[in-house]
Amino acid sequence: MIHFDSVSKIYNGNCAALEDINLRIKAKEFISLAGPSGAGKSTLLKLLICEEKPTQGKVFLDKQNLSLVKPKDLPAIRRKIGMVFQDFRLLANRTIYENVAFAMEVVGGTNDEIKQDVPQVLDVVGLADKAEYFPNHLSGGEKQRVAIARALIHRPSVILADEPTGNLDLLNTWDIVKLLLKINELGTTIILATHNREVINNLGRRVITLDKGKLIRDEEKGRYIL
Amino acid sequence: MFKTNLIRILKTGFQNFWRNSWLSIATISVIFLTLSVITALVLLNVVSQSVVANLQNKVDISAYFHTQTPEDDILDLRKHLVDLPEVEAVNYISREDALESFREKHDDNEILMQSIAELNDNPLQASLNIKSHTASQYQGIVSFLEKDEYKSMVDKINYHQNKEVIERVSSLAANIGTGGIAASLILALMAIFVTFNTIRLTMYNWKDEISVMRLVGAGNWYIRGPFLVEGVIYGLLAALASLIISYPLLYLVSPKITSFLPEVDLLYFFEANIWQIIALLIIVGVALGCISSAIAIRRYLRA
Repeated sequence: MIHFDSVSKIYNGNCAALEDINLRIKAKEFISLAGPSGAGKSTLLKLLICEEKPTQGKVFLDKQNLSLVKPKDLPAIRRKIGMVFQDFRLLANRTIYENVAFAMEVVGGTNDEIKQDVPQVLDVVGLADKAEYFPNHLSGGEKQRVAIARALIHRPSVILADEPTGNLDLLNTWDIVKLLLKINELGTTIILATHNREVINNLGRRVITLDKGKLIRDEEKGRYIL
Repeated sequence: MFKTNLIRILKTGFQNFWRNSWLSIATISVIFLTLSVITALVLLNVVSQSVVANLQNKVDISAYFHTQTPEDDILDLRKHLVDLPEVEAVNYISREDALESFREKHDDNEILMQSIAELNDNPLQASLNIKSHTASQYQGIVSFLEKDEYKSMVDKINYHQNKEVIERVSSLAANIGTGGIAASLILALMAIFVTFNTIRLTMYNWKDEISVMRLVGAGNWYIRGPFLVEGVIYGLLAALASLIISYPLLYLVSPKITSFLPEVDLLYFFEANIWQIIALLIIVGVALGCISSAIAIRRYLRA
């Protein structure tokens, strides 16, 4: 489903964020992307949502070479992916309901579909009763659950989570991880970038470890080892 | 789908406008100031043009004819003058008319009246009083009168005595005209620039939200649309505010200006051209709001 073919990303001519990455990810997998800060985890995810282009090599999503995507086709690619960020990135000016509905609007969901699906997804993340709140009325954990609901609503084939628990306490961290596992069980590929050792060790899923831009380990049922 | 998207864009535009009411009020105020400056400049140009026209109206020249010139020749010349494009009006004053008005004017001067009565003949000359459209055209009319065929008839033309005054009025009129337009353009540009920068700052406030929308997969028009709608609302409300403020203001101020400059009636001008003024304010306001938003958002939409 996702294929990195000898991918390097070099900033300003000499600063290598990723070096010669070869990687295949199958549909419905749950991947943990491990490594310390600055290892290249975020860059790898940015290549997948076309926020960056590789300096060398090719990135494929569903057999489509992302380097060749024209700017006008970017929205279509991004609609295949759900994205969750450490800093939540919700639309501050819209209610929780509207934040989630927005992701459906952009993929062309009808008003009826939105009315039906948004409450359901908010229910899945446990925020049905806060639909009319604005993001600044929610706690960090709740904001992240909204972000997951938004990433989930348009039924993407893959969800990329970039340090989603970075700003959360232990309890909320596990809530979010459990939610991601549940979504994965329903058939969505999950790529979870994190430097949280405990989370990775407890998941017992495939772990890809990056360090200084290089892929140093790729293990089924791996652990966080550096 | 197009209809659904359009409705969503309109709804979001109104919603953003409403939820960010302070930002909206600030932006409307700036556009309102710009529109007020533009209205004031239009009215100022009306005042200056009226003053110039009035000044020019007061300038004319007279050609005096030798007493023995037959009246028919003078009337013939008058016809030729009227045909000239630069001539606005030509008034013939016969020798008898001239004597009549002289008598009326000096009614109380007995010595003058007696000496006129003692003369057997009317000493006054017939004249043509000529008015041109603008002061600068008198030189051409004088050249026409100084042609060989009329030279024998014409005794003198008072242009040469009044030349300096006429030229001064002419250059003043031209200066007020071009100066007014240049000053208006500069002021209008400054106001537009301030508005554009205000909207650019407003948009800077939105840059994170725009990047989120892009990451969620929204197309550029879907992101841009609500901001353009907001821009249109800003423009419309600012134009409305500007009209609501300027009308009563003119109602109060216009009579005072008219008492100073009787030929200027701003309220009448405003009422007579109300639809053009409304159209101007709305077009400028909406264009300012909309185009500034479109330009300001462009940099955040680059992929």
